[in-house]
This record gives sequence, C-alpha cells and structure tokens, in this order.
Amino acid sequence: MAYDGKDKVLEEVTGKSYEFGFTTEIESDKAPAGLSEDIIRLISAKKEEPEWLLQWRLEAFAMWQTMQEPNWPHLNYEKPDYQAISYYAAPKQKKQLNSMDEVDPELRRTMDKLGISLEEQKRLSGVAVDFVMDSVSVATSFKDKLAELGIIFCSMSQAVKEHPELVRKHLGTVVPTRDNFFSALNSAVFTDGSFCYIPKGVRCPMELSTYFRINESGTGQFERTLVVADEGSYVSYLEGCTAPQRDENQLHAAVVELVALDEAEIKYSTVQNWYPGDENGKGGVYNFVTKRGICHRRSKISWTQVETGSAVTWKYPSCILKGDHSVGEFYSVAVTNNAQQADTGTKMIHLGKNTHSTIVSKGISAGNSHNSYRGLVQIMPSAANARNFSQCDSLLMTDTSGAHTFPYVEVKNPTAQVEHEATTSKIGEDQIFYCLQRGIDAEQAISLIVNGYAKEVLNQLPMEFAVEAQKLLSISLEGSVG
Amino acid sequence: MLKINALKASVEEASILKGLSLTINPGEVHAIMGPNGSGKSTLASVLAGREEYEIEGGSVDFDGADLLDMDATERARAGLFLAFQYPVEIPGVSNINFIRAAVNGKREHEGLEPIKGKAFLDMVKEKAQLVELDGRLRNRSVNEGFSGGEKKRNEIFQMAMLEPKLAILDETDSGLDIDALRIVSDGVNAMRSPERSFLVITHYQRLLDYIVPDFVHVLVDGRIVRSGGKELALELEDKGYDWIKEDIVA
Repeated sequence: MAYDGKDKVLEEVTGKSYEFGFTTEIESDKAPAGLSEDIIRLISAKKEEPEWLLQWRLEAFAMWQTMQEPNWPHLNYEKPDYQAISYYAAPKQKKQLNSMDEVDPELRRTMDKLGISLEEQKRLSGVAVDFVMDSVSVATSFKDKLAELGIIFCSMSQAVKEHPELVRKHLGTVVPTRDNFFSALNSAVFTDGSFCYIPKGVRCPMELSTYFRINESGTGQFERTLVVADEGSYVSYLEGCTAPQRDENQLHAAVVELVALDEAEIKYSTVQNWYPGDENGKGGVYNFVTKRGICHRRSKISWTQVETGSAVTWKYPSCILKGDHSVGEFYSVAVTNNAQQADTGTKMIHLGKNTHSTIVSKGISAGNSHNSYRGLVQIMPSAANARNFSQCDSLLMTDTSGAHTFPYVEVKNPTAQVEHEATTSKIGEDQIFYCLQRGIDAEQAISLIVNGYAKEVLNQLPMEFAVEAQKLLSISLEGSVG
Repeated sequence: MLKINALKASVEEASILKGLSLTINPGEVHAIMGPNGSGKSTLASVLAGREEYEIEGGSVDFDGADLLDMDATERARAGLFLAFQYPVEIPGVSNINFIRAAVNGKREHEGLEPIKGKAFLDMVKEKAQLVELDGRLRNRSVNEGFSGGEKKRNEIFQMAMLEPKLAILDETDSGLDIDALRIVSDGVNAMRSPERSFLVITHYQRLLDYIVPDFVHVLVDGRIVRSGGKELALELEDKGYDWIKEDIVA
C-alpha cells in the first residue's frame, strides 16, 4: 500500500540534490596519482616531518603491500584503484596565517556554506573547531583559550612539529599499523587530522569539533585523529563530514585513536554526511574508517554516531576495556537510502575486571539499501564480572531494503553477564495514518516516527549536534516509505 | 456539515458499504449502532481517508467540499477528527510534541503562524483538565504504556486541542470501565456546541446514556436500515439486532 502523497515526495527526493554537493574553486597543491615510496617521501617532506615518522610511514606502506582488502563485510562495491588516487591535496596558501582574517576568501565561503562560519561558532556555541579540507587542517579556532588550561587542540601536522613526544608516544598504540588493510594504508599516507590532549584533571570547558571535507576530485581523504585524555580529565569531541557531489567514488580511510588514561572520560560524537551517491548508486564516498579507544582504570569512552551519508560505510568504533572498572559505550543510528550500503557496529573487548559495556544500535533502511549491524563482544579470561548489554533494532522503510544483524559474542570468563536484544520492524502504516489523521503530513509523520525510534541515541548527542542530526535524519529519509 | 450519499466502499474486493446515506447538520450528535461486521468501523475509516478502502460509488460532502477528493491530512486540517478505536503507540515521540505538530499543521492550513510556546502550554493545560490527563501522560511517548482508559482520554484530549468541526468517535467506549467512561463522556459533552457535530459509533447503548444523541441509526450489512431518536437505542438494547434483521427480511 502506498499513500499518493508519499509517492510524490519520493519522486521529489530522488530528484533532490545533496545539499552539500558544491565544490570550492580553490587552487590546490596536489600530488600526482598513485602510491609509491616516493609519494610517501613527498608527503613527509611537504609536511616537514621528522625522520621517525617517515620511517613509520614506510614500514606501514611495506606492510600494506602484503595485505588484502577485506572481503568479509556484507558490502558489494567495486574495489578502488589505489594507484588512481592522489594521496596529497592541500588548499594552496601562500604564507603562514596569523588570524582567521587571512584565510582564503573562497575557503571562508566554503565554511560559511557548511554553516561553520568560525566567528559565528565562536560567538554562538562556544565550540572550538578544527577544519580539515582534503586532508589538510586549515584553521583551528579557540586555541588560545584552550591553551590557558593546558589543552592542546591542533592539526596533526602541527602536533608532530610542536608536541612530537606526545604524538610519538601514542600514535599507533590503539590502532596498530598492521591492524587492517585500511589502517595500514592510512598510516602510510595520512596527511593531516586533529590532535587533542587534555592534561591531568582538566575538564575541557567546551565541545571540541573537527569538520572534515573532501573537495578536490580524484583525491582520497586519509585523516588521522588522536585524542589523549590524561588522568581524571574529560573531553567531548564532535566530528562532522561532508563532500561535494561527484560521479566518481571518493575514498575516505581515516583512523581515530582515543586514549583514556585512569579515570578519564572521552565522549566522541560523529555526524557523518558524506555524499551518498545518486539514486542509482553512482558516485558517493567509500568510507572505510577504523576508530578505536583504549580505556585505562575507571575510565570511560562513549562513541555516538549518526551515519546518514557515504555510498559504502565500513566502520566499527570500538573500545578496549583494559583497565579495571572501565566503561565502554556505543550508540549508533545508521540510515541508508537508495543504493547505500552500511556495515557498521562496534567491538567491546573486555580485559579488565568489572568492566561494563553498552551497545545501542538503531538501523534504518530505505529505498534499495542494505544496512548491517556487526558487533563483537569479547570477554577475556581476565575480565571477571564483566557486563555487556546490547540492543540492536532495525527499522525497514520499504519492502526492497534489507536489515542484517551479525552479533558475535565470545565469553571466556564464567562470571560474565551478557545480554543481547534485537528487533526488526517495518515502519507502521497504522502509525503513519494516525499522524495523517491528526493533520500531520506524510513527510513530517515519517520524520516524527523515525526520530522517536532513534531518540535513545540522539539523546546522547550534545545539544547543538542533536538538532543537526534530527534534521539530517529527516532529509535522508524524506518520502522514503513505499 | 456532512452529507453522505449512496456511499459504496470495499476492502480487498469485499464490498462493505453498500449505498449508505446520512446527513449530519451542525450541532447534531448522531449515533450509529449495528452488529459486528455491519461496516461501522469501515465507515469511520473511509471518512477519515484510509487508503486501503476502495470507494466504488456515491459522494460525501463535508462543509461544502468534496471529502473524497481530499487526502487524510487535508481532511483532518479541514476539521474532521477520528477518535480511534485502537489508538496507536508511537515510541520516542512525546505526546506534547505530537499534538503540537498536529495543532501547527491545522494552523498552517488556516494561514496562521505556528503557535507560541506559552499559548500552547496554556491551551494544553486547559484542555487536559477536560479529561483529567495529568502531566505525566502529556510528556510520555504517544500512547506508549497507556492503559485502555488513558488511551481513550488521550484521544479526547487531542480532539479538544484540535477543535474539529466533525468528530467521529469509533467505539470509544470499548475497553472502558465506568469511571473512565464517565470522564470521556464528560469531555465530549463539554465540547458539544451548535457548530460542532459528532458521529458516535458504538456497539452498546450504555455510552448513549452519557452522550445523549439527537439521532440513532442502525447499520446492517453496509446500509442504514432504520433511523430514529434516542429511544431507538433503548429498543435495540431490549430486543437485540436480530429483531431489526428479521424486520428487514419481512
């Protein structure tokens, strides 16, 4: 059964363009396509990196060449030609910038279109922003204010230059180079990203935010994020992503590492809206991301993600609960529409005693898309009294979409308590009719119902992000019920 | 207000309404009674614009407009309200946000700005009193975990918020104990006015002791076979529907 109104909306939406699909005419300094030792040396030289980092990259490259792209995800896509991609593209800037006013006006306009005018951000929300375009960090706001507290928030390149000891100590400790095909690739070629360090006992007074954007065609984005929360500190970190609308597939292979030392807490929130491709599955970003955090004693890492974009998503933000009494959380809403595919979930590795983890995953599939939850809960022999609660819900908007759940549970300690709940439902015609009868139109009805369904996860987001995420959910699903 | 003329409707190729005619003037309360399967709830669904029902003939004029030409949302915004027999649960959507979306939908139709926060809250407070809907129920997810009585009170609360021209109550008495029945009926009675009409669909005469109708119609096999005043309901209670059926055959 279909409401006429909804069909109309469906047509509008399939014809509706991706709101962030503009490109920016900025002169770019771009390396020739292809990957070789020479390219890696070029990247490292461009970034004026120390020798140890170059060696680290070269080792990663050697390792990557021996590795295979994973075939196990429930995804069907043409494997990228890694020699056809340019591994370095930087917006050309003539000199070192001293203030935001000196930023290229085109770049400023891009930021404005994205709704992250830095001045506005400064005044209104008190969010410190690092803006990464085509792998290179362009501007970091609020640095001075954070510096007073001893907080370091800067681009990864800058961190390598100014805080090499911290970077060297933690880089690759949570996601080892050899971890997987994409992490090895990222380690070899990453060009920038964000670095954040919160000193002992400091509670970061504002949300730290990174905005990622792929602009150049034929480039990949390989950013590297490292967040270190020292003992007893707290930080909430936000990440947003968009890309121009292009017919070709763009590759995004990022690595995010979180280190929560004793009694520290890191809250990491992502609203991912990479270009998903058109209604026939042409174009869109391939999003292969490795995100992992390590929790020391009595620390906590909480991942929240709202995934609405990308043609293909391969992403499992995970927690290694190493310290006793540490806590890991994963809250996720993943929406797929048209021909999008997502294989996403989490891993909770319990090593310490009395470690707790919570997983709440809400998948929403529309159009002809496929949405998979893949999760691993592993209770190691050392993890006495570990507990996990997992809830995986799937909502189907159409008869032609698919929802899949692959929960793996490995328990090697008899004192563990592991709970898993899963549901799959189709969006209720009765619910929609009830809304229509109250004078709420079909589009708004779907938005209400879906946001209600995802509420548990959306509630975990910081306020300003939650509003954006709600809008994004509605836009992604407009008219998607069939 | 509502003029139904020789309405025929079917669902999944089974013919349910077989030429039903009914006229309701402003301010009137009409009750429709009838045995199971006679088409009572189908009539409510067809009038509200549920799309599984196929209209096979007849016409419906609602306040001067062709009702059958409007979609469900338009009908609601034009002032047609259906109190559901089985109100639907919408997890994660607070009752208050739901009704605000509904009120603003209607206001948009009338060319008005969305309602201001204070005015809305005052209105909620006033209307909630009608059916003794406390703050707890207002802030919970729509109908989720509500008892049968709470769900029906919530329907009448929504009706009061939307101030419809025509309210259709579909077996609102089903699943209600005596206290809840009294609260719901008091709420409905408080809303009776010379401009507002009601179509009360019920199985039992009991509800009509509380909501006293101007007219009672008996629906059998998709047609109104008898109409009368409120005393017709009492007669039915006494003699049952078989009496009417036999009457028709004879």
